[in-house]
This record gives sequence, structure tokens and C-alpha cells, in this order.
Amino acid sequence: MIQLIDIDVEYHLRGQSVPALNLVNLTVQDGEFLAIIGPSGSGKSTFLQVLGGMLSPKKGQVLFDGVSLYEKSSDQRAAFRKTNIGFVFQTFNLIPFLTAKQNVQMPLLLNRYSTANQEERASQLLSRLGLADRLEHKPSELSVGQQQRVALARMLSNDPPIIIADEPTGSLDPDTSIQILDFLKELNQEGRTVIMVTHAPDAAEAATRCVQLVDGCVNEMNIDNQRPITLAASNM
Amino acid sequence: MTLISLVKKELFERKQQLFTSFCTILLGITAIVAINSITHSSEKAVKNELERLGANVLILPKEASVQDYYSADIGTGELPEGYVKKLSASGIHGMDNLSPKLSGKVMIQSKSFILTGILPKKEINSKAIWQQSNMLNFGSALSSATCPDSTIPIGKSDEELLSQKRFIESLKKNQIFVGYEAAAALDLKKGSQLPIKDTTFDVVAILPPTGTVDDSRIFAHLHTVQQLWNKPGKINVIEVIGCCQKILDGLVPKINALLPDAKVMTVTHVVETQLKTNKMMTHISWVFFTMIVLVGGASIANFMYGNVNERKKEIGTLMAIGANSRFILKLFFAKALFLGLAGGLGGFLIGTLMAMALGPHLANISVYPMPGLLGVAMAISVSISLIASLLPARRAAKIDPSIAFREV
Repeated sequence: MIQLIDIDVEYHLRGQSVPALNLVNLTVQDGEFLAIIGPSGSGKSTFLQVLGGMLSPKKGQVLFDGVSLYEKSSDQRAAFRKTNIGFVFQTFNLIPFLTAKQNVQMPLLLNRYSTANQEERASQLLSRLGLADRLEHKPSELSVGQQQRVALARMLSNDPPIIIADEPTGSLDPDTSIQILDFLKELNQEGRTVIMVTHAPDAAEAATRCVQLVDGCVNEMNIDNQRPITLAASNM
Repeated sequence: MTLISLVKKELFERKQQLFTSFCTILLGITAIVAINSITHSSEKAVKNELERLGANVLILPKEASVQDYYSADIGTGELPEGYVKKLSASGIHGMDNLSPKLSGKVMIQSKSFILTGILPKKEINSKAIWQQSNMLNFGSALSSATCPDSTIPIGKSDEELLSQKRFIESLKKNQIFVGYEAAAALDLKKGSQLPIKDTTFDVVAILPPTGTVDDSRIFAHLHTVQQLWNKPGKINVIEVIGCCQKILDGLVPKINALLPDAKVMTVTHVVETQLKTNKMMTHISWVFFTMIVLVGGASIANFMYGNVNERKKEIGTLMAIGANSRFILKLFFAKALFLGLAGGLGGFLIGTLMAMALGPHLANISVYPMPGLLGVAMAISVSISLIASLLPARRAAKIDPSIAFREV
């Protein structure tokens, strides 16, 4: 279970404080598929960074199974990410000079797998994502959809129980988006917790739960019509 | 995939940036290796030359001059033979051989010659020219030769020459060997007998022509000569083969301090030439060293900073997926190490080849590879690379991983 308790984040720009997250409280149960929607500048990326242990909040706590993430050092948080969290980025963030297989090997290298085991697991994962014939291709030789699938394979290489996806369909065409969302659903059905930030209502429909971030505050949404639950209730 | 293979892939992917930094360090190391190889060979050549000339430090009585020594007119002043032991026991470094002598004029067949008392083994050690096998021509040379070059015998076996050397080394009380010109003047051969004062000596060897004062000398054992002139325990010169660098480092004042009653002289013009050459080469070497530190270091630091800036998102992504700061540091230091090792090895090879090619033209010497310089070249090159990469690597390790979420 992931708990965000009274999270408060501020940025300081030109001597002024700009609130990014304002006393956010949110609990994500194990095995949930949570979509976080919100307009641009609402704090979605900040939310993911705090959740991923990469941005220390001004106030509040992030607990993973009751353990406070920000009481760990930055290297301990990196070690935690390495084994527990898989990231999917909007722009894939593949390393350009490595092949698809080598990109997938990267987290395995960090976890000190042997080269043979790295190669075997990377090939398996890329095959699972339909890229068996693209193992030795560099990102520039792949379509954007293929690149995102390589990124998904990289994310899965350490078999993380938690997946954090930042606009995973933001750069994709509709057909590829559907493939990626189906794959995320499949991973969720395997028991992984998926937390996805998206601005696309269609993408949010893939989730089992939806929250909206507006001006740094979280509103629980109705997953069927993506309207705030309180507002939906009042309209009923 | 390993950290090293990751670094290699990255380096070869960005060849153009790599090439500039690599060339800078390569050229610097090349220059250092070439200069040092030539300097070393030059020092060696001068050392050989000094050895060929014989002693380069003379310890004379206070009242004697170098001219007296060279003209073998050493009637003025004496030194105690005990000075040799005193020097040997002093622990002063840089004295390769001590050769005490007592010389004086003797009249033989109404002609004046120099009789020189020597300790034969020490004397042979001090005379590289005597040690050269083709110069150890004892006896037979005189009969046929008028031109010095034609006196050099050809075909003596090594065993024979070795036995002659041993013979001189164990010179007995009534034995002498004679310089080339003296032998010619007295019509002496190996096996001849020569009366000097009240003693008759056996000629055990005739020295080859050396072009030095030795050609007109007659050599006997030091203790025999002391007895002959009734000067027990007295000498009038100690010839020292001093290590050239040690002479420069103050060998003479040390001997002076030890033997205040003696005059210590060096073959100054040779030493000064070596001093000048060494100083010049050392200065040039330092100039290149400074250049490589500044230019090479700056180039590598620039390359690394550029690399960090260019790869911010990549590094951020690595950190987001679990790389800690130590891994990022290792990534950059491994790159610097690779660059340093390649620059050091390449610089050593090119520098050595360059020195071998240019040595004969620039310094009129043959230059041979110095394997020991490989380690020095590697150490300099790697140190510069690592130090220049220190700040960029630390900057990379401090990159905020949340940059991975930014779209740019």
C-alpha cells in the first residue's frame, strides 16, 4: 500500500514560492490501476516525482507499506526504485547509443545480473512485447510505438511490483496507445500496482480508479464519467 | 553488458568529441615520452663518453694543479693512501671507482719516463678504453706497427684477452706493463726485462695506443713504486669515476668536506655540457608537462562537462531506474580511465618511435625504447584524465533524477 499524507510541495522561482502540491492525501492499494488526470500545470509530474522518491516534499510523508520513503538517503531511495518501481516516460527516455536489447539490460546491469542472464531476460521481454526481430536495433531505427514498447520492456526487466507511468500514450498514435494501455492493464491484472498520469480521458478509462489534480489538490473522480465524485453525487 | 562495455559504446558513439580530447592528451604524452627518451639516451651517451675518457673527478694535493696531472709532472705534494679507505667508508654516493696513483719521473736509458704506481684492478675498472677487448693488445702489436690503427690486433680469442686482463689485475711486485710510446722508445715487448733504479722488472703487457698520457707511462704496482721511492703510504692523485648526475648534485663539495687537505677537481667542460643539456631537456620536459596538464586537462574537463550537459536526461533516467551516485561516478571515471590509458599507451608508442627517428638527427645519438616510461606515461595520462573528470563526474552524480520526467 502506498500512502501520501499531507504532501506539500513548493517551487521557488525568482524569489517567489509557487505551490505545486497542496496538502495532498492519497492512498493507493496494492494491485490498483490509478489514473491521475489534470490540466497542464496542475502538479501531475510533481506528484509522480514525489511518489518516485525523486523530489522531497516540503511537508508530509510518502509511505510504502508503512515505510517512509524520504527518511531514506537518496542512494537508498535509488536502491528502492531499482527493485520496486518501474517507470514509463512520455518520451521513452531510451539511451540512444544502445540497442533495444541493451536498453532493456540497463536495469539488470544495475542489479548486477550476469551478462548472459541480462541478455536472456531482455530478449524474453522484448519478444513478449512483439519486438523479437528488433533486438539489435537502436532507438533511432524504431518507430515511436516500438520505442515505447522497448521502454515498457526495460521497465519490466526488474519485475517491479509498482509501475509509474508518465503520459505513456502522450506521444503515440491511437492504435499504438490502445496496445500500450492494454499492456498496462495486463500488467495490472498480474497483480502490479499501476499509477498513470495522463491528460487523455480515453487513457484514464483503462484504469480502475481515477483522481484529478487541480491546483495541487486531489479530487477523487468517477471512473465511468470522469467527473468528480462529490460533484457527480450532488448532481444525482 | 558491463560498465566497461557501456562506457566503450558511449565513447565510440561520440567519436568526434572523443577525438579532440584524445588527441590533446596523446600529443602531450608523445612529447613528454620523446623528450625524455632523447634526454635519457643523451645522458647515457655522455656517461659512456665520460667512462671512455676515464676519471672525471681528480683528488690532488692542495699545491698541485690539473696541468700537473695532465703533464704527469706530479712532483709537488702528496696525499696519504688512507684517503682512499676514508672515501670508501664515507658512504658518499656517486663514486663508481677510486683509483689511487703515485707517479714520478724516472730516467731509463737516458730518457725520461713516468713511472706510475697503481692498484691494478682499480685502474682497469677506471679505464674503459683498456677494457675494450680489441684494445687489450699486449706484446705483439709493437713489432709490426707504426700507425696506431694498424696496431690493433684482430682475431685474439676472448679467452686469451680475458687471461691477459686477469694477468694485469694480479700484477706482481716485480712486474710492469708499459704504455705504447714508452715501449716503442725502449724497444720493449711482452716478456722483456727492464731495470728501474735497483730493481729489474718483467714486462707483462704492452698497452695499446690510447692517445692519452698513459702512452708514455710505465705502470707498476702502487706498493712497489712507494717502496722504490721510499714513500710508503703516499700517493699523489686519486682518480675518481663519479656518476655525472651525482657530480651535478654536489659530489665535489662532499669530498672537499671529507678531505679538507686535498684539492678536488672535475673534468668541468664535460660535466658542464651535460649539465646544460640536462637542464635544457628538463626545462622543455617541464614545459610540455605543464602544457599537457593545462591544455589536456582543460580539454578533458570540457569534454566531460559537455558530456554531462548533453546527457542530463540520460543520467536522470539512469538514476530514476535505480542508478545511485556511485554508479554515475564510476561511469565517468571509467570513461576518463579509458581515455587516459589509451592516451598514455598511444603517446608512449608514438613518442618512442619519434625519439628513435629524431634522436640521431637532433642529438646525434641512438635512442632505444625505454619500457619504464610506459608506466610514467600511463600514470601521467590517467592522473590528468581522472583529475580533470573529477568535477564533471561529481556534477553528473548530483543530477536531479526528476529531469527524466521533463519533456525537453
